[in-house]
Amino acid sequence: MGWFTKKKATAVPVEQPAQEIWTQCPACKAHVSKEEWDKTFKVCPRCNFHERITARERVDLLIDPKTFTELYPKIKPSDPLGFVDGKGRYADKIEEARQKTGMNESVLTGYGQLSRIKVALAVMDFRFLGGSLAGSTGEKILLTSTFALKHRMPYIIVSASGGARMHEGIISLMQMAKTCAGIARLQEANIPFISVLTDPTTGGVSASFAMVGDIHIAEPGALIGFAGRRVIEETIKQKLPDDFQKAEYLLDHGFVDLIIRRDQMKQTIASLLRYYRR
Amino acid sequence: MNLEFEKAITELDEKIAALPAQDRTPQQTAEFEKLQKAKDAALKEIYSALTPWQTVQVARHPERPLIQDFIAGLFSEFIELHGDRLFGDDHAIVGGFATLDTWRVMVIGHQKGRGIDDNLKFNFGMARPEGYRKAMRLMHMAEKFKVPVVCFIDTPGAYPGADAEERGQAEAIARNLMEMSALKTPVIVAVTGEGGSGGALGIGVGDVLLMMSNAVYSVISPEGCASILWRDGTKAPEAATALKITAQALLKLKVIDEIVPEPIGGAQRDPKAAIAALRKVLIRNLDRLTHTSTSKLLKRRFEKYARIGSY
Repeated sequence: MGWFTKKKATAVPVEQPAQEIWTQCPACKAHVSKEEWDKTFKVCPRCNFHERITARERVDLLIDPKTFTELYPKIKPSDPLGFVDGKGRYADKIEEARQKTGMNESVLTGYGQLSRIKVALAVMDFRFLGGSLAGSTGEKILLTSTFALKHRMPYIIVSASGGARMHEGIISLMQMAKTCAGIARLQEANIPFISVLTDPTTGGVSASFAMVGDIHIAEPGALIGFAGRRVIEETIKQKLPDDFQKAEYLLDHGFVDLIIRRDQMKQTIASLLRYYRR
Repeated sequence: MNLEFEKAITELDEKIAALPAQDRTPQQTAEFEKLQKAKDAALKEIYSALTPWQTVQVARHPERPLIQDFIAGLFSEFIELHGDRLFGDDHAIVGGFATLDTWRVMVIGHQKGRGIDDNLKFNFGMARPEGYRKAMRLMHMAEKFKVPVVCFIDTPGAYPGADAEERGQAEAIARNLMEMSALKTPVIVAVTGEGGSGGALGIGVGDVLLMMSNAVYSVISPEGCASILWRDGTKAPEAATALKITAQALLKLKVIDEIVPEPIGGAQRDPKAAIAALRKVLIRNLDRLTHTSTSKLLKRRFEKYARIGSY
């Protein structure tokens, strides 16, 4: 009987654990390979759930490779109120956000080619303090609109925001007016402004530049609204339907032109811009 | 009605009321004058050092002048206009042609009520999309007729109702911000009470931003801020201080252009004097702005907002 004396075979290297090639859709819990998740830009192939993506990922999705030039990368929050609250210092929050995202503010701005069409672009990143709108956010968005005006480029803003950043008080509020003043100038010059509404687009952002695009393109299921659901329910003392403030609801109510899946966003925008004659 | 922090005044008021109104003895007259002097001194002391939270109470005082009072006190004529031509007539926003001395203007403002019935009718000054759209329609009318616009701001905020969302509350405010920024006629904005965030700004983009000295203007109510950033609604006084919402703080931040002084003890104690002070400031600014060319006006207005949050 040889098995007692047989040497044990050398251990075969273990296959990569299952967790590393699979991920789970946060919405329908389907198992999707990471490869596919990345291929669809984080959209569930089964239920169409659009997970939030970073500003850089959005740029990769929309802009032709190697054609993006970042503008105003150094503009950062200045803590105009010297704000400190129950949770700590705003200055510390800014630093945390910078470490977490590698960004100086909640918006990435620049210009590039979208299917060979030159565009100016501002993309918000929800990871940076909830994509909130503060002084330096508004500054970047305005400066980029001025750039678009100067070079007569269509302007695309991709919104992802919980609204105005409280920590900068009235300075944040005024960015609503400031950014819209920039859009007004583009309007006057007949330069297209496309507003892409992603999840979430709320508060001071929905009540400013996000809702004055020539064309509003929303991602499926995106939450787009002014007041928060809970505040509304407390005000009217009623429960709201599940689809309230979703992209589809806004489409039905006349405030969104198109709902486009992420993987078709770039070609849709390109098709629309081809109707624009400079 | 005295506010909680005016306890000293209440005590003095009670003592004054205890004296006979007429036919006072010399002793009583002396006492009366002494109490009046003490009251004036106490009012001066309190009102020269209001905390931001105390200022919020004054801005929200039930007897503080409202747009109805400003219209009656400032304008020799007022023709109210109604409707947004799309949906309805929002009572939370009032607007129409008005004459202030020799100036013909378009006046627009948030309308709060006095008492519960009134307030329900005016929705506590909380506008819906149709209110912002009415305002913008009237502003374009002013542009066409070549009259300046005067906007009075006093609102807790835009109405957070499902109907308002349905009809595009965000879009209505956004459109106003965009169109007001380019309106080809002077726009004077005066915050007379509460400047409640986007709901205020929706009729608040202009060439000059005035604020009455006890008014407040904020991106979020102190209560709202406290419940989110302090996780404790009772921390509203701390939030009010941190947010820098008083006229003095906003002047320092170069967001507002001028403070309209209120009588000692607040506008609620002497509405006539408060309105007279506002009249003076409005006239001076109307004079200046109506003598500015449209192109200069628009350029300066753009720069006014471009400068905020620019370092």
